[in-house]
Amino acid sequence: MAIFEYGDVSIEVDEDGFMLEPDQWNEEVAAALATTEAVEELTEEHWKVMNYLRDYYLEFGVAPMIRKLCKETGFPLKKIYELFPSGPAKGACKLAGLAKPTGCV
Amino acid sequence: MATNETPLLDELEKGPWPSFVTEIKRAAAGNEMAKDVLLQLEKSYRDKVGYWKHGGIVGVMGYGGGVIGRYSALPEEFPNVSHFHTLRVNQPSAWFYTADALRSICDIWEEHGSGLTNMHGSTGDIILLGTRTEQLEPVFEKLTAHGFDLGGSGSDVRTPSCCNGMARCEFACYDTMAACYDFTQEYQDELHRPAFPYKWKFKFSGCANDCVAAIARSDLSIIGTWRDDIKIDTAEIKAYADGGMDIESDVCGNCPAHCIDWDGKQLAIDNSLCLHCMHCINVMPKALAPGDDKGAVILIGAKAPIIEGALLSSVFMPFIKMEAPYREIKDVVEEIWDVWCEEGKARERIGEFIQRVGLGDFLEAIGVEPIPEMVAVPRENPYIFYEEFFEEDDEEGEDE
Ligand code: SF4
Ligand code: SF4
Repeated sequence: MAIFEYGDVSIEVDEDGFMLEPDQWNEEVAAALATTEAVEELTEEHWKVMNYLRDYYLEFGVAPMIRKLCKETGFPLKKIYELFPSGPAKGACKLAGLAKPTGCV
Repeated sequence: MATNETPLLDELEKGPWPSFVTEIKRAAAGNEMAKDVLLQLEKSYRDKVGYWKHGGIVGVMGYGGGVIGRYSALPEEFPNVSHFHTLRVNQPSAWFYTADALRSICDIWEEHGSGLTNMHGSTGDIILLGTRTEQLEPVFEKLTAHGFDLGGSGSDVRTPSCCNGMARCEFACYDTMAACYDFTQEYQDELHRPAFPYKWKFKFSGCANDCVAAIARSDLSIIGTWRDDIKIDTAEIKAYADGGMDIESDVCGNCPAHCIDWDGKQLAIDNSLCLHCMHCINVMPKALAPGDDKGAVILIGAKAPIIEGALLSSVFMPFIKMEAPYREIKDVVEEIWDVWCEEGKARERIGEFIQRVGLGDFLEAIGVEPIPEMVAVPRENPYIFYEEFFEEDDEEGEDE
């Protein structure tokens, strides 16, 4: 498996760059991963999305459906793509340290 | 490629049929990816194990669909297919291309991918097979520069497709290509940015011959039909009879509605019983034709047999005039999406959703009145609850 390194961060990732050990996630890791998904700076709005994804994931063990994500964060889908240009599944979930989603998001 | 490297696959080149092995070998002459595909497949045949890993998440910026990630489980042994992603490219309506357009796609793909294509996938897209993650953006950029765009994948509107309708076929009851293009443009957002419980397919057929299999493969099937009488050309009927056609058995005998009479001289159709199946018109295309009052019937809920069993779509709007901007259809579609996205389970197609909640509740949720044409299987259930009957009783002060 590949090792992703950026600054002080060094984590194991799969082929798509998703964390293999989501437990190792922290804010520094998120900022490091952001560089791979065309997110220049993590703003409050990015954190709103990522925090929601993380909380949901920690509670239910899966990523929420996209519609639910939009509803709960109050961001229309277009806005989510503006924040995470590679989309909610590839971009937002990866930065939030979720295991690779298999369906839904 | 050495001739003895793929003995099992070579078996598939024997016989008079076209062979994908032959085609991939030709591509392998100038492309390492195509070569490793063959070698990995040979190993799969030998070991009886598939060596593609399941599911990757890759894509291009701004889109959530259009690319299907694939990785080899044996990247050391077959390094050239360690990544082997598929791109779906939105085909032009009814698959009309200029030779130049086809050449440009092939050139792009030979430069950035395996050179292997599948023209076309079952949804209708151009399928470009096999490239690496770092090639996705350059391919996408070149495709768009040539006027192409990615198609749908995952839980989104899949690339709509249509028969060649009015471009080539006298049976077409509406302009399928225009409608397909219009819907594709209208729902770009839903096509590129998945947000549904599962996939949604639109297919447009110009008549009940249904050349794009809309009734079997699309969540919303839009099939051309007419509501006045079949047009009859008596002289041409006579010509068919004189030419030796057995009208009684070949035309009348196969009419599913048993509504055609032939007395040896005159053909009479009871149009009130006609099911608009196209059979008689197909057999005598010079003598019979769809009526003048043409439009489409909208059916809902088909799907292929993955996850749950296969479903055919069933009538939802018995007749509608097909005129741009098709607002009446789109309003209902958007209403359906709202309900399905809210209440549908993950990976539940609309046909399964309707089966689960029941047609009655579904119609109520989207605000559409039930009509007799929606009954897929008449007289199936004798225990029918007549709500109106009870409401009338209520007024008379009787029990609930
Ligand atoms: S579906 Fe009907 S109109 Fe379309 S190509 Fe086939 S026969 Fe012609
Ligand atoms: S279209 Fe079909 S149902 Fe109608 S008259 Fe012809 S064969 Fe019979």
